Amino acid sequence: MMNFTKRWKFLVLVSVLLLGNAFSLTGCHGRESLSAFVIPEEFDLSRNYEITFWAKNDTNKTQTAIYEKAIADFESLYPNIDVSLRLYTDYGKIYNDVITNIPTNTTPNVCITYPDHIATYLTGKNQVVPLEDLFADEKYGLGGSEIIFDGPTKEEIIPKFLEECAFAGHYYALPYMRSTEACYINKTYVEALGYTLPEKLTWDFVFEVSEKAMEQDEDGNFLINGQKVMIPFIYKSTDNMMIQMLKQKQAGYSTPEGDMLLFNDTTKELLYMVADHVKTGAFSTFKISSYPANFLNAGQCIFAVDSTAGATWMGTDAPLCDISEDKLVEFETAVMPIPQFDTQNPQMISQGPSVCVFNKEDPQEVMASWLFTQYLLSNEVQIAYSMTEGYVPVTSKAQNAEEYRDYLARCGEDTNTYYEVKIKATNLLLEHVENTFVTPVFNGSTSLRDGAGQLIENTAKSVRRKQTIDEVYMDKLFEDVTALYRLDQISSQSKAASGEKADLGPLPQTAVFLLSALVTVWIFIGIYALYQMLKKKRNVQ
Amino acid sequence: MKKFTALLLTFVLVFSFVGCGAKDTDAKSEGVMTYAEYEAAALESPVVIETYVQAKQSWWEDKATVYTQDKDGAYFLYEMACSAEDYEKLTKGTKIKVTGYKGEWAGEVEVMDATFEIMDGNYVAEAMDATALLGTDDLIKHQNKFVSFKGMTVEDAGDGSAFLYSWDGSGQDGDDLYFNASVNGQTYTFTVESYLCDNTTDVYAAVKNLKIGDTIDMEGFLYWYEGVNPHITSVTVK
Repeated sequence: MMNFTKRWKFLVLVSVLLLGNAFSLTGCHGRESLSAFVIPEEFDLSRNYEITFWAKNDTNKTQTAIYEKAIADFESLYPNIDVSLRLYTDYGKIYNDVITNIPTNTTPNVCITYPDHIATYLTGKNQVVPLEDLFADEKYGLGGSEIIFDGPTKEEIIPKFLEECAFAGHYYALPYMRSTEACYINKTYVEALGYTLPEKLTWDFVFEVSEKAMEQDEDGNFLINGQKVMIPFIYKSTDNMMIQMLKQKQAGYSTPEGDMLLFNDTTKELLYMVADHVKTGAFSTFKISSYPANFLNAGQCIFAVDSTAGATWMGTDAPLCDISEDKLVEFETAVMPIPQFDTQNPQMISQGPSVCVFNKEDPQEVMASWLFTQYLLSNEVQIAYSMTEGYVPVTSKAQNAEEYRDYLARCGEDTNTYYEVKIKATNLLLEHVENTFVTPVFNGSTSLRDGAGQLIENTAKSVRRKQTIDEVYMDKLFEDVTALYRLDQISSQSKAASGEKADLGPLPQTAVFLLSALVTVWIFIGIYALYQMLKKKRNVQ
Repeated sequence: MKKFTALLLTFVLVFSFVGCGAKDTDAKSEGVMTYAEYEAAALESPVVIETYVQAKQSWWEDKATVYTQDKDGAYFLYEMACSAEDYEKLTKGTKIKVTGYKGEWAGEVEVMDATFEIMDGNYVAEAMDATALLGTDDLIKHQNKFVSFKGMTVEDAGDGSAFLYSWDGSGQDGDDLYFNASVNGQTYTFTVESYLCDNTTDVYAAVKNLKIGDTIDMEGFLYWYEGVNPHITSVTVK
């Protein structure tokens, strides 16, 4: 028989092994994580580097050419860094591909993305490089002594845009381009309907004119355009629509801690408003009907809300167009900020691509990525790219450059580089930067955003399908959207991540089994120790 | 003779039993629309159809986009609820019963928000020659059908090449391919949709090898986006 010490040791060993098993089982669900990135003393320029850059373009040939030129120029400055470009036309697709590649550590080096998406990438430990130390690095930081191109200093990045890239206590991205939404208006039709565009657009005005535009003759032709089709108000991004309406109404959406406040009475009130105008046919969405620009240019839409980065598709003379020439209608295009509930306190979303750097095992490779990321903020890239659409450069260095000021001043000189609608859309953002906002970023904020848009899409679809929109419908809609995007689960996880207590649900069965085994072992140890103590006492007596 | 008669009767009996057991898998079930009824249904109204898978375009997050057709017409099923497991079962020719809503997006009539169940039956459509219908108002009557275009001549895609990556050349390998081909003096645009036929497929490679002036036969689906926008699945250079 084993003596007490041996048995004790054995039992302890069993416990430790069980605990070890528990941890190893937990580990099975994880992945080999990267070490945190540490800035090397020197960037080793004697080595060769191959980095990948996943970029988004707006299906725009000029943008592709600018990316290619930026890469070629950068490679001529740093001949030992080879940059491979992979193009996407959809932020969602980049997001999906990145999250698919995180478990295998095969993320790109540099990636155009949204801060909301980065918050999800951060669930992979040390996957995204925090940038604040790199910003400040004396040699290779923003404006650093060893940078061999004319990049911006930190102070030259528009502070509001830079702040949009700070969350979870770090800067996880640099802004690349900024845009907002604009309302592209067929001013000719507005005036033909007997209205004059106000100085500031309101939801009431847009819906009133839209309803007026629904008048038809006895053959079913709309009086305003003489066609069978007219959807006076089309919104491209319904997630933005809901988020901005809630902001304008000072109603809840979310908190930085991940509290989801979307499902509130103001949201219902807004959905009833949407339902009213879907019912008459005065309002529709991109997902239901198609691109607002196509309807606008065919004279089948009066108010088209889309990104300022979609400006080159808007208007009779738009340089980019998806509809055949015979369908184009002549009209004057006005470009205005999105409709407001409170014109004294206008609110509009700030959006546009940001760029993040992914961590790698080799810190030198990360340094090469960081240099390329900075290069994307040089005037050469910023000015050229911003001129492709209604984008705004993110540095004051670019915004104040003579070349850029000259570009803005030549608004309307042609229907290509100086296309009036595009430059008006750019000016709209430049004049309203202080009225822009972003929503809090947390793991799950992407799903919440999707949910916000889904509320409008579902309501619009239901109205079109002749379903009853009432309180019962709204409650069910809230439940369905919560379930579809797992918003209740995400909310709990976000709170847990921020240190707030959250109900994590029942323990998994394996954990219950292991914990039970541990408790049993300790009970046996206790009984054995007690038995030995009593035996010893009896022997003494 | 008696033996022969008995044998004959036995055979007749056996065949009549087999006949009783066989179902007409082409017949529409109770409550299922014919193609004509589907065609006549108003947009946004509920529809129930029985149709046969002809090609799968994509699957993502339990949603499948599928080209289907029966002997009377074609149905494009957009983002139909479908598990990854069921998506594997949707092989070419598989009969399915689909319940959803009829919708239209940029001219493309489709079944949206649908669910489905797999049925007994199989049908693979022959490509209908639609060459003569190009540029006519009758073409849209065959929307989403598996069709062929024969004896067409490859034209300049816009920048001196025979095809473009993405509609304006802004894409790269792996993106949709766009190319132009003419017949009877009229030029039309065709697309290799990268979700339907990615850059590992024969058709993708064939289009990348096209030269202006080549004479080609094509097959594909008669998709619509602001006008006809055929999604080509095979190209043969003659």
